[in-house]
Amino acid sequence: MPDKPDRNAIEVVNVSKIFGSGEGQVAALDTVSVSIRENEFFTLLGPSGCGKTTLLRLIAGFDFPTAGEILLYGQDIAPLPPFKRPVNTVFQSYALFPHMTVADNIGFGLEMLGKPKAEIKARVAEMLKLVKMEALAGRRTSQISGGQQQRVALARALAPQPKVLLLDEPLSALDYKLRKEMQIELKRLQHETGITFIFVTHDQEEALTMSDRIAVMSSGKILQVGSPWDIYDKPAERFVADFIGETNFLTAAISEMANGKARATLKSGATIEATVAQSFQPKPNATVVVRPEHAKLTKAKGELSGTVENIVYFGTDTHIHVHLDSGELFTVRQQNTRSAGCGFEKGDAVGILIGSDAAQVLKD
Amino acid sequence: MATAEEVAKAAERRDVRDRWLLSAPALLVIFLAATGPLLIVLVYSFLTPGSYGDVKWQFSPEAWISVFLERDIFDDTLSIAAAHVTIFLRSIKLSVVTTIATLVLGFPTAYFMATRSEKTRDLWLFLITIPFWTNLLIRTFAVLQIIRNEGIINTILLKLGIISAPIQILYTDTAILIGMAYVYLPLMVLPIYASMEKLDFRLVEAGYDLYASRFQVLRRIIFPLVKPGVIAGSILVFIPALGAYVTPSVLGGGKNMMLSNLIELQFGQGRNWPLGSALSIAVMIIVMVALLAYVRNAGRSGVRHG
Amino acid sequence: MAKNFSIKHQPGFTAIAATCFIVLYLPIIVLVIYAFNAASSTSEWGGFSLKWFQSAWQNTQVVDATLRSFQIGSIAAVLSTIFATMAALATTRTAPYPGLTFKYAAINQPLMVPEIVTGVALLIFFSRIKIFTGYSGIGYLVAAHTAFCIPFAYLPIRARLENMDLTLERAAADLYATPWKAFRRITLPLLWPGILAGLMLAFVISLDDVVITEFVKSGGQDTLPTYMLGQIRRGITPEINAISTAFLLLSVAIVTLFFFVSRKRD
Repeated sequence: MPDKPDRNAIEVVNVSKIFGSGEGQVAALDTVSVSIRENEFFTLLGPSGCGKTTLLRLIAGFDFPTAGEILLYGQDIAPLPPFKRPVNTVFQSYALFPHMTVADNIGFGLEMLGKPKAEIKARVAEMLKLVKMEALAGRRTSQISGGQQQRVALARALAPQPKVLLLDEPLSALDYKLRKEMQIELKRLQHETGITFIFVTHDQEEALTMSDRIAVMSSGKILQVGSPWDIYDKPAERFVADFIGETNFLTAAISEMANGKARATLKSGATIEATVAQSFQPKPNATVVVRPEHAKLTKAKGELSGTVENIVYFGTDTHIHVHLDSGELFTVRQQNTRSAGCGFEKGDAVGILIGSDAAQVLKD
Repeated sequence: MATAEEVAKAAERRDVRDRWLLSAPALLVIFLAATGPLLIVLVYSFLTPGSYGDVKWQFSPEAWISVFLERDIFDDTLSIAAAHVTIFLRSIKLSVVTTIATLVLGFPTAYFMATRSEKTRDLWLFLITIPFWTNLLIRTFAVLQIIRNEGIINTILLKLGIISAPIQILYTDTAILIGMAYVYLPLMVLPIYASMEKLDFRLVEAGYDLYASRFQVLRRIIFPLVKPGVIAGSILVFIPALGAYVTPSVLGGGKNMMLSNLIELQFGQGRNWPLGSALSIAVMIIVMVALLAYVRNAGRSGVRHG
Repeated sequence: MAKNFSIKHQPGFTAIAATCFIVLYLPIIVLVIYAFNAASSTSEWGGFSLKWFQSAWQNTQVVDATLRSFQIGSIAAVLSTIFATMAALATTRTAPYPGLTFKYAAINQPLMVPEIVTGVALLIFFSRIKIFTGYSGIGYLVAAHTAFCIPFAYLPIRARLENMDLTLERAAADLYATPWKAFRRITLPLLWPGILAGLMLAFVISLDDVVITEFVKSGGQDTLPTYMLGQIRRGITPEINAISTAFLLLSVAIVTLFFFVSRKRD
């Protein structure tokens, strides 16, 4: 996907954050660089402790980086305290002020900026309308539901019209249905306000459905940045492939690279075509990944062969675990139909067909 | 422009400095009107008594010698100061017995409170809190009125013909004991209740599930888990009991002195400020030993439950 | 039919608890009843009367001592609460820094020392200062009371602060509030119940003090408790019951208020 000529809202340049000192030193972020474009919905995705929240806090100004720069439209904001940054945050716990009403919460930022009362009032009304909370403006924040608190937190952070909105796992406290609703709501708000969103989550599904681009993080580093499609279908590293969705890992020898394609010789001796990065150096012991839904099970011969070990029914689809003759395990996901059964039984000798565009070579 | 790291370091330094400035008034007042003067007491305990109270600025170990020893006025020989030793032992004994008595009464009371429903628990807590914050002198006075010869206990017993003459309780060690147990009971109940309230009764269920009897559950599960509260309560009772002044003054009369009365005497009629100072330091030392034992114990049980 | 097995039951515990509550309140109730006794002895009942309240009210020594108690109590409570609030802000919600443990120890130090020892220490120290400066006013009592009230006022304020989420202040900073504005608009209003509780606690503690006041006061500086102690030592009249009853009423009122303030969430 070619880069759009958009401006960068945030540029994180070689940022490190080290907590503690001496023996107990922990690098929460290790020379991280990333650019976030204007008006995009950007997600920092990773397991807990990967540094995603630390990076968000550095952008918000709650912590200062140990090294590196954080540029907001070209200006280094890393040394500024949070109240001098045109950046607002939606907190994981919402952090609504319990002694103020919904409207007072939403107007707080504008009040602190010294805006005239009339302007604050108009803007608060506008925000209440935006998040559909007009009816509850006078309520205390303790008197409204979790989903409503979430909306107020959003309205409060959007009211001062920040250049960038930071969202720290804002949906994690909501139940499943409400979370789905809010995902759509967030996309709508981002679209309507045109503000750059930086969203932190550990939920891969949330990241894939909402984001324009995703940065996958692990152990204080950004492993891969790309569109949801890039991240899912062209994982560059084992961690990314493993963290997002389910994947089969196969050992293969790579040869004949050309035009982003290569020939991968599997342990079984069969060869398949796989997508590969330009910079990849051909080697005999590489890892190739195949998503379970991109392979097909057959009773005839396939690229791989093995025995059905287990069949797990998931409603929409069925996972069939196959013990390959090479000793590896392989899962195939098969869409269910209303006709009974998946057509295979435990112990069946099966073949696995891997299409020409199904495999991806990892760079490690 | 300063880098983020410099800004962060400066902010951290400023934060620590602000925190010192903020705590300065409290620390200063406490140093001037509580902690600091204790050092002067230590100095005074090594000086010579003045003829009309106060001290002469002359070093003398005499005060410390006379904490436990007596110098014969004729031949200068030293012997054990029986009066002082008696008072020390009585104070320690009464404080220990008070602690045990309040524990025996307070533990079941705290347990009772902690096993009430959430709503009534607050009421019970309130009922125990009221005496806790009620003037100690008034409570001692209330006990005085109950136990004195003309008090209601004796009056009722006399009227019922159970006794022919009033039982003399007032001005005895028993009176001091009753008084101290009465005034310090809430100090024992509150910390035990605080640990008991946090007790997870599913553990008790687990105990019964594994064939423990009621007593075994109490001894092997409940008691170990609320032990920090028991230790805290014991310390909270023992320390003020050892230094108790009001209760022995009101209920003990002149004869049954405790340490605080002995100390007061040195600053009044005794006119021996150095001895009074030395005795004060001695009380402090006993308290410190008790506190150290507490800290070590609390530390250990903390690790165990940690 | 067998009684259902209750896991919370322990034999005898309820009986002991009941005894404790009765024993705690019985002497106080008797004391209050005898405050309304018409007879001049506390051993017989001479009918209902308010005369001892009246006689206490007309006793200038009692009135003086009461006013002095209130004066010392209110100044000491306000000062100690302000200082304790500042100290609590300085010692909570922070990563450990050099001196933090020292501060905890120093602030709680008055709780660790028997009152008699503090009393003696202040007697010695203040008698020196009295000679040096010639001032022998109420200031010494105020200083002493402020000092020993600080750890009590500190207790509820610190407890409340530690339960307060630092993210609220962060949220305020994120919404362009300077540190001072965040303190005034967020921290202070949320901390207020703790501060009130501390203030009331400090006032009650000051009002109740006997030992330290007894050692620090100069002649003619009796507070209500030291005046009462003197009277009780001399012999008992129902006037003391009447004063005690009024005092009790005040304490109970403050404790009740304290109880509700400190229990109040948010």
